[in-house]
Parts: sequence; structure tokens; C-alpha cells
Amino acid sequence: MLRPFKADLHIHTCLSPCTELDMSPKKILTSAKKKEIDILGICDHNSTENSLALMNAAKNMNIKIFPGMEVTSQEEVHVLALFDNIENTLKLQEFVYKNLPGKNDEEAFGMQVIVNEKEEVLGFNNKLLIGATTIPLNEVIQLIHSLDGITIASHIDRESFSIIGQLGFIPENLELDALEISPNITFEEAKKRFEYNYPITCSSDAHYPDDIGKSYTTFLLKNGTVAEIKKALKNEEGRKLIH
Amino acid sequence: MKLKEIIEKLQLKVLTGQDKLQVEVTSGYTSDLLSDVIANSKQGNLWITLQIHQNIIAVAKLKDLAGIIIVNNREPDEETLQKAKEENVPLFSSEEMAFEISGKLYELISS
Repeated sequence: MLRPFKADLHIHTCLSPCTELDMSPKKILTSAKKKEIDILGICDHNSTENSLALMNAAKNMNIKIFPGMEVTSQEEVHVLALFDNIENTLKLQEFVYKNLPGKNDEEAFGMQVIVNEKEEVLGFNNKLLIGATTIPLNEVIQLIHSLDGITIASHIDRESFSIIGQLGFIPENLELDALEISPNITFEEAKKRFEYNYPITCSSDAHYPDDIGKSYTTFLLKNGTVAEIKKALKNEEGRKLIH
Repeated sequence: MKLKEIIEKLQLKVLTGQDKLQVEVTSGYTSDLLSDVIANSKQGNLWITLQIHQNIIAVAKLKDLAGIIIVNNREPDEETLQKAKEENVPLFSSEEMAFEISGKLYELISS
């Protein structure tokens, strides 16, 4: 049986330097529950170290967590990567870490807090997560696909760090699964403004608990998995986006 | 000022567009945001950037720019070189950074 799933596929946690400590697993899940979100994508900058905490914390809450990451390519384009299991997400992280120069400066960029499901601080990531990797965009996409993940170009309506802002237009032959728009623009506006042959998803890009679900995408799926989302983005077997 | 003269004075390495060096350069434009270059560069500008993605060729073609200087000794992708050859867009590289190249180009053109 297919049913609608409300998905916010792009939120940050307290691991991202640009968020505060209140982006903790419990607060995230409380806010998501309030907004009746069924699926959350955990997309911290160039790291997935808090995905597992969210997956564990959400176990009895009827919210599906997709572990993931918002990767910054060499061109400084932000791309979301979402997976069905933490193992493949960690493989992506390993490759990203090897190609991510620099050390974080907490004074300048903020703290990068790693937590567990009980909200205990496990440590601080010291990499320059806000920086760019040295991996070209097409390789980022190929790598995510080779690990069975989906790739969505982040906030294409924004100038900073979006594929259109950085590269002027979306290059041909890229195998993106979808384009994401930020809450700054409606789906109807985006359809008029961006004439690309890609599905459009809406997500919050939340940096504060209250912003979770501010914008979301409704999918018709059998269950809440990345594999099902992949089918919906291709309009396969009755799965689809219903916005 | 013609491209040929600028290349000699700035000691640029010519990657593509050997046959277009007689083109007149109107001014320079320095930016790494391609959306900004599309919006604000002018015909005949020599574009200074560190972006090496193949989209730079399409943008140069679209805006009818005189050429592209890739700074910091960055090597363009194979696809970028291929596209530059196909579209006959002059592509140059320099080991200097954008600040230095821009300063020198500004001086050349305004003197």
C-alpha cells in the first residue's frame, strides 16, 4: 500500500558550525514530531557524525532518519547525499575527510559538536567542515551513486553555494536525482523560474529546531526508504512526488 | 589592447585559442561565481577566475568574452579543455593569483 510521507530531507544538527547546540537529537525530533514529519534527512556540512545519534534517538518515534551529508564540491557547490544505511554514509565520509583540507576555528565558524542519542557530548570535530572538498562535482555525484545514495543539488534558488550560483547553470550530463529549493521560494515559483528536466524537492535546510518542516516534500511511497524516494523521483511503480 | 600583447606582458601560458590572439580586449572581469559573470561581464572582457569546471567555456561563449585566465596554476579539467577547443575559446593559465593578475591587467589596459 502506498501512502503519503512528509519528508524534510535537509536539516543540520549541532555538528554543523553554523548551528547552535540546541540542534540536538531530542529537540530536532520534538520539533519534527510537532510538524508531523515522517522522514528527516541529516545533512551536516561534509560530515555525518551525528546521523547515528539521530537514527538511534528516533527508533521508537515513528520518524524515519536518513543518514546523509551536505557535501561541498571543489567548485563550492553544495550537494545533498542521502542513504539507507549508515555504513555507506560512513564510506562517503571517509572519502570526503581525505579530501577536505583545513582545521576548524571555533571562534570564527562555530563549534562542531558530536553527540549521542542521550544528548551527551562525545567530542568536537576539528576539521574545517565549512570548507570545500577538493572533489569535482561530477565525482561527488558518481561516488554517492556508487554507494546507492541519492544526490540532490542544494537550495538552487540561492546565490551562495548553489549549483546555479557557482556554475551559472546546471551542466549537462550530470546525474543529479533532484534539485532542492529553499523555503525562500514556493514550488510554483520554482517551476516557472527553473526550466530543468529534474524533479524539484522542497526542504527546510533548518539550522534551528523551529525551522524544521518549514518547507517539506510529500512523497507517495510504500515505506520510508531512500530506495523508495529514488523510485518516486523517477515516477516508478506508482511512487511519486505529490508536493 | 590585443590579447597577444597581454599574454606576453603577463606571461600567460596559452592552453587553447592560438588563432584568436588578435582579439581586442575591452577590459577585465574577476569573479569565481559564474552566475555573476553571466550577469555582469561585458563583451570583450578578459575573465580572471580559479574555476576550472567546463561551464566556464559556455559562459565565455555566451558573453562573447575575449578569453579566460585560470589563476593559481590550477589545471582545467579534461572536459574543460575539450570544450574550449570545440568552441574555440582562448584559455590561459598563470601561476599568479587573481589579485596580482587583475592588478597587472588593470595597469596594462588603463595605461
